[in-house]
Amino acid sequence: MGTIAMIANALVVPELPDVESNVASVRARFPILAREINGHPLAYLDNAATSQKPLEVIEAVDGFYRSRNANIHRSLHTLGEEATADWEGARAKVARFIGARRNEEVIFTRGTTESINLVASSWGEAFLKEGDVILLTMMEHHSNIVPWQLVAARRGASLVYIQLEADGSIDLEKVEASWNPRTRIVCATHMSNVLGTINDIRRLSEIAHAHGALLLADAAQSAPHMRLDVGALGCDFLAFSGHKLYAPMGIGVLWGREALLEAMPPYMGGGDMIRSVGLETSTYNDLPWKFEAGTPDVGGAVGLSAAIDFIGGLGWDYIGRREASLGRRALSVLGEVRGLSLHGTARDRGAVFSFSFADIHPHDIAQFLDREGLAVRAGHHCAQPLMRLLKVPATTRASLAFWNTEEEVERLGAALEAAKRFYL
Amino acid sequence: MSEFDDLYQEVIMDHYRRPKGRADLSHIPDERAMENPTCGDTIKLEILHDEAGRISEVRHNGHGCAISTASASLMSEYTRGLTPEEARAAAERFIGALRGEGKLDELDSMGDLAALRGVAGLPVRVKCATLAWHALLRELGEKAS
Repeated sequence: MGTIAMIANALVVPELPDVESNVASVRARFPILAREINGHPLAYLDNAATSQKPLEVIEAVDGFYRSRNANIHRSLHTLGEEATADWEGARAKVARFIGARRNEEVIFTRGTTESINLVASSWGEAFLKEGDVILLTMMEHHSNIVPWQLVAARRGASLVYIQLEADGSIDLEKVEASWNPRTRIVCATHMSNVLGTINDIRRLSEIAHAHGALLLADAAQSAPHMRLDVGALGCDFLAFSGHKLYAPMGIGVLWGREALLEAMPPYMGGGDMIRSVGLETSTYNDLPWKFEAGTPDVGGAVGLSAAIDFIGGLGWDYIGRREASLGRRALSVLGEVRGLSLHGTARDRGAVFSFSFADIHPHDIAQFLDREGLAVRAGHHCAQPLMRLLKVPATTRASLAFWNTEEEVERLGAALEAAKRFYL
Repeated sequence: MSEFDDLYQEVIMDHYRRPKGRADLSHIPDERAMENPTCGDTIKLEILHDEAGRISEVRHNGHGCAISTASASLMSEYTRGLTPEEARAAAERFIGALRGEGKLDELDSMGDLAALRGVAGLPVRVKCATLAWHALLRELGEKAS
């Protein structure tokens, strides 16, 4: 992997004076950030696992259960109408948020995992044939591997993986040059939860489409940190989770092209997804409800809607600048820690930093950092094929968001030095 | 004492830095290693017996954190001289105590293993501390059959 200093230089972004002064007022929106852990102020550096929730989201969910809660699409009374309006209003907001042409293209799920499973099961079962190829990258999360393994086994299809370059990126020219004509779909993460690498989904989509294949983008990691526009990305399916996007756990999104979704059979059977049920067969509801069986997480959707408003209030410009600046600081702080090696040094990367450190096991590092009030992730990050490629059983990962501070990043560097003194 | 200090006691750190029973087990195929699915850690075991059939040494090798390494080392120390049945009972008592199925106080009668009682309050770390013992149960079970 390349040197840390090299990418630190590539991330230079001019600092706006008003951005710094906003940090305290932004942090004040997140009540959990005021917590103390083991006598230290909490430094939450585990945003890639899940984000914290602003008051706007917490209060919106609270307000739904206090005054509007009812089941949707069936209860013909005031509360039922209001809850249905909340649910469908959240859908319209998500559609605008990602630049979808129609609200019907937005399916609510429990999260990215369910979104990908929906496509793998429904589209895969209907359209994959024996000998077909599903093209993945070596940096996928288990949730973008295992659903494809399951459907591949049922349909006699096979999985092929795009290999990674030394810096943790993929070489699109190699993808094009080694294209297998049996490839039906490319499933790629927009941003790696381990390496931080941001993949060029637009170019990957163009390559896939030029060969008659589809592209599914896993945007679980990118959605919280950059503006997504399905038109600009050019993908056919896009999956992301609410809980990484400052919204509650339990709500997620699948966006798909209308014609594809129309052609796909239902994923789960149950209430709300049918038009009429006979003893032997049923007819199915229109999009998007065809894919939304059972009573959904309406409170979660209300929270997601509030989170999108919260992001709108801050602006992608603020989020982008703040996170680029924090990422730059993190690279220089981690670059100073002797014995630390960073996994993933692609030029195009987000503020996710996985590293190995001085032969200290990631569990021990994370436990030591917790003593200092720093929350990081230790483990294989649900990316075991990637871990094997990196030749490590696990890594320690610090992942930042716009509410983190330069001081927290510096505390991380100091705590790592202290961990070395403790363990070695 | 803080949770951290409770976990990383001096005796644990000694066993982590100089593990007893650690040996080159490259002759054992990797597929025979026991895996902790939460972190990808692995451990291989080899049980040596004396003429009377008692355990003369449990050797171990693998990738693990301080807790799992120290636990394997303590296990190697504790099981020396035990019959396979005694070792199996010890493993079940130890795992049960950390999982909250048995009494945590039972660890006090298991010598230096009592130093691992801090793990009981941390469900994620229980898997680290019990990995070697699960491997021991598997090896003993397969030996018996």
